[in-house]
Amino acid sequence: MEIFVIALTIFVLAVWIGFEVITKVPPILHTPLMSGSNAISGITIIGALISSGAKYTTLTTWLGFIAVVFATINVVGGFLVTHRMLKMFQKNR
Amino acid sequence: MKEALINLSYLTASVMFIFCLKDLAHPRTAIRGNLIGALGMLLAIVVTLFDRNIVSYNIIIYGVILGTIAGYIIAMKIKMTGMPQLVAILNGFGGGASILVAGAAMVETGVTGDTLLLQTSIATAASGIIGAVTFWGSMVAFLKLQEMWIPGNPVLFRGQHLINLVLLLIAIGLGTWLVLDPSAHSAYWYLVILSSILGLLIVIPIGGADMPVVIALLNSYSGIAGATTGFVLNNNGLIIAGALVGASGIILSKIMCKAMNRSLTNVLFGGVGSVAAAGPGQGDIYAGKVKSASAEELAMILDDARQVMIVPGYGMAVAQAQHPVRDLTNLLESKGIKVNFAIHPVAGRMPGHMNILLAEAGIPYEKLKEMDESNSMMESTDVSIVLGANDVVNPIARTDPKSPIAGMPIIDVDKSRTVVIIKRSLASGFAGIPNPLFVADNSLMYFGDGKKAILDLIQAVKEG
Repeated sequence: MEIFVIALTIFVLAVWIGFEVITKVPPILHTPLMSGSNAISGITIIGALISSGAKYTTLTTWLGFIAVVFATINVVGGFLVTHRMLKMFQKNR
Repeated sequence: MKEALINLSYLTASVMFIFCLKDLAHPRTAIRGNLIGALGMLLAIVVTLFDRNIVSYNIIIYGVILGTIAGYIIAMKIKMTGMPQLVAILNGFGGGASILVAGAAMVETGVTGDTLLLQTSIATAASGIIGAVTFWGSMVAFLKLQEMWIPGNPVLFRGQHLINLVLLLIAIGLGTWLVLDPSAHSAYWYLVILSSILGLLIVIPIGGADMPVVIALLNSYSGIAGATTGFVLNNNGLIIAGALVGASGIILSKIMCKAMNRSLTNVLFGGVGSVAAAGPGQGDIYAGKVKSASAEELAMILDDARQVMIVPGYGMAVAQAQHPVRDLTNLLESKGIKVNFAIHPVAGRMPGHMNILLAEAGIPYEKLKEMDESNSMMESTDVSIVLGANDVVNPIARTDPKSPIAGMPIIDVDKSRTVVIIKRSLASGFAGIPNPLFVADNSLMYFGDGKKAILDLIQAVKEG
């Protein structure tokens, strides 16, 4: 139970930081914000890597494999497309 | 020691994600922020590869290569007009990964003989429900935006909300079963199936113009699903990153709802735009009162203008008119006319949709004005050009308390000296209500496809 309380504390504090930081993002950057946060939510990849590499059973390996593919698309696609968009904003200066 | 080092690296990665989001506060720092975020992710991935549970890298390498190729192609090939679809599908993948990782973790405990702790089984059930709703909800959103297979307008049927409620309750019931008997793995997969149906049914009734809210909300869910998976794995990196994304999506949905003067419940359950406007036919309302103008007449009016405001909407995206709009802007500016853009928060199909289209065309971001700022400039604006927008400039929002868009903040184009509305016809906007702006004394309709209309206008200005 104690581990859970610590984890919950971290969660609540992180939500708080998220609110504080994201309210400052201006509307013109809302689309890059969404694609960028998509990339960040690809963090699930670290769980996926362990599942697909640990080889407990065929099922977990396959579940992990598909999860690795999904999360990698999120990470690579998310950061790249955000970069592409942000470059357009900078170019126009 | 090694374990501590890995966790410290996750902490570092989390801090880098926070800096990433912080740098998104300004276009000048945003590129740096995005790179910091990407480096944070790389750090998290690299240290995870040293995890003692990993015995083989074959499958990992295949998965990463496949995902990288797909992600690269998607990111480089997508057109800026297709960005809402891209974000929708990426949201879905985030949710999908959470279902699978939480499921795999559950199956592993069966192999290792560990019993699921109470909090772990609760988090597993939550990952399954939220992840599946996110995945299938996002797929529907993607298909609607892409206009594939599913109509973009709301699909309503009787008893919809009741069915959704029953599905959710059964899914929660299955989750409770898993919590009470952690060895009942099948409960998890049934829960995933029911939540998948729920995800489909939740998004199907929602229409195109409400998509900004839905995409923002699904964005939030994909983050929350990541965080619950973090509780399953007891991994702080996942919890923090998921919480940040969850917070981001919630803030965006709130901004979008406020910009439509509607509650989240109303957007999710209201099905606005599904009923055709009752009462007199639209033609009757406008009959004989509409003044239309040709490109040449408009060129003359623009010639006398000192300040012009362009108000883009989804129609600009559909017509791909952003590049001609840039040419028109440059042409007018070369004649000493000041041109700005008024961006309504819900213009388009996702938060910030109009901004990226205009940025793509090369319009400097200083010209992209938020609603409040552009409204304060309206009194001194000589000509405002409404391009493919309708409901967001409809003055009925201010005057008719019974209207579906009552109280919605609008761009006050009617306060500028002349309003030019570029539209193909007098058809109503998404909300299905007539727009009195079209017959206002200072309004001129300029009928035509957005792109061609702007090109003709450019020609006329050049000749005039």
